[in-house]
Amino acid sequence: MVSLLDIIGPVMVGPSSSHTAGACRLGLLARCLVGGTPERARIELHGSFARTGEGHGTDKAIVGGLMGFRPDDERLRTALEISEREGLAYRFEKTTLADDAHPNTVRLTLERGDRSAVMTGSSLGAGRVLVTEIDGYPVEVTGNLHTIVLVAEDVKGSVARIATILSEHGLNIATLRLTRKARGGDAFMVIEIDEEPTEEIRDAIRDLPWVRWAFRLDKVSA
Amino acid sequence: MYKSLADAIRDAEAKQISLAQLALETEAADQGRTVDDIRAALQRALDVMRGAVAQGMVGDLYSASGLVGGDAAKLRIGPAGPMSGTPFRDILARALAVQEVNAAMGVIVAAPTAGGAGVLPAILTGLAEARKIPDEALVSALAVAGLIGAVIAERASLSGAEGGCQAETGAAAAMAAGAATEMLGGTPSQVGHATALAMQGTLGLVCDPLGGLVELPCVFRNATGSAIALTGIELAMAGVEFKIPVDEVIDVMGEIGRTMDVRYRETAGGGLAATPTGRRLAKERLVQIKRG
Repeated sequence: MVSLLDIIGPVMVGPSSSHTAGACRLGLLARCLVGGTPERARIELHGSFARTGEGHGTDKAIVGGLMGFRPDDERLRTALEISEREGLAYRFEKTTLADDAHPNTVRLTLERGDRSAVMTGSSLGAGRVLVTEIDGYPVEVTGNLHTIVLVAEDVKGSVARIATILSEHGLNIATLRLTRKARGGDAFMVIEIDEEPTEEIRDAIRDLPWVRWAFRLDKVSA
Repeated sequence: MYKSLADAIRDAEAKQISLAQLALETEAADQGRTVDDIRAALQRALDVMRGAVAQGMVGDLYSASGLVGGDAAKLRIGPAGPMSGTPFRDILARALAVQEVNAAMGVIVAAPTAGGAGVLPAILTGLAEARKIPDEALVSALAVAGLIGAVIAERASLSGAEGGCQAETGAAAAMAAGAATEMLGGTPSQVGHATALAMQGTLGLVCDPLGGLVELPCVFRNATGSAIALTGIELAMAGVEFKIPVDEVIDVMGEIGRTMDVRYRETAGGGLAATPTGRRLAKERLVQIKRG
């Protein structure tokens, strides 16, 4: 659903809502998958991102987003310089993803401590983004709401158990999507929540014996 | 939010409320927020828009490439033209001002996108100053602009990479035309015609910036987009009706965008970007950016 405030917004550092603000938001979402600013980032740009990204500040915006800068943060202008002080080593590559990939798509391969993650996402225009793949699982994450992503063994009652944890903490599920690569294989869950989940809730989910990993993704829309 | 402007116009007429009120109530219901809360967010957007106009009008801002900058100030203090002293010239200056701020990586409101961010502030703040219109009415106008933009996002696109410049400055002109028409006392039906009249004037407009930078011609497309928006407003307020329904005009914009050659969709592969001078300037300037 398109929100009026997505159209009249975001308030952002120029010059391009798709190539700067959207790119920044994809960086912001990706950093959540490794729990903070990554130490290493391989940034593969596809389509228009690859062809015109540099002049639009896409490089600065993604790196800034990875460091937690939001789209209206004037530090984006100097994000590449700042990243050296922050200990973020990045590498840009131009690539060609699937033919049907959106023209503004980036694949981010991140490492932080013993954590690593691969995320593919697109900037749809007007600053809106869509994460389409996390660690090989097809997903649809917009960042319009707070989101929890997790991978669990395919056990009966897993959805009910997680829903119970959320409701016990007074959180309202907006959407829940379950994807499996194969029957009996690991299940990938994307849960969008109206309220911001605390670290404690994420830990409660993470402590379930059949949950392999769980992360909170920030709400990144205006 | 609505997916059809015709539906919104019909509902506003049936309820005998403005499109702004309808848009605000719909957004409040969609998002689980109050109308006051949404008005406050729009007021903040308006404040940023005004700030960008003021910053850009000074005329000391240039993009990293140096391709654009300083032109808003020429309209403010440069030699007179046939429109000197009119809101028209002032609106053109404001449109350039916001885009010069954007190109210099300053803070703007992407409405609907950064590339088309000059039109809405130029039209709304320019007309408001000329007609002494209060902020409350400007905030309502932004709600109407958001409604129109949401319909365009649903039915067509708001991305130059998907639909060309018609989806960015074209959409901005359509939004500004509709929004200003209600702000100036037009009926919901007139808002629909103003939107359609503005959008028909930008159908097929390609996205062809030099080097792919949101600079040239983007800065100037916001000025011409503002002129087209004013045309839509002036015609619709005078009672002119556009015979193709506004939703169909929006649909065809989307269709033109989908079938537009990729060279004309923000790839710097065609149009002005591919002219001999366009290629030469882009090459020189990109080298300059890399050197810092």
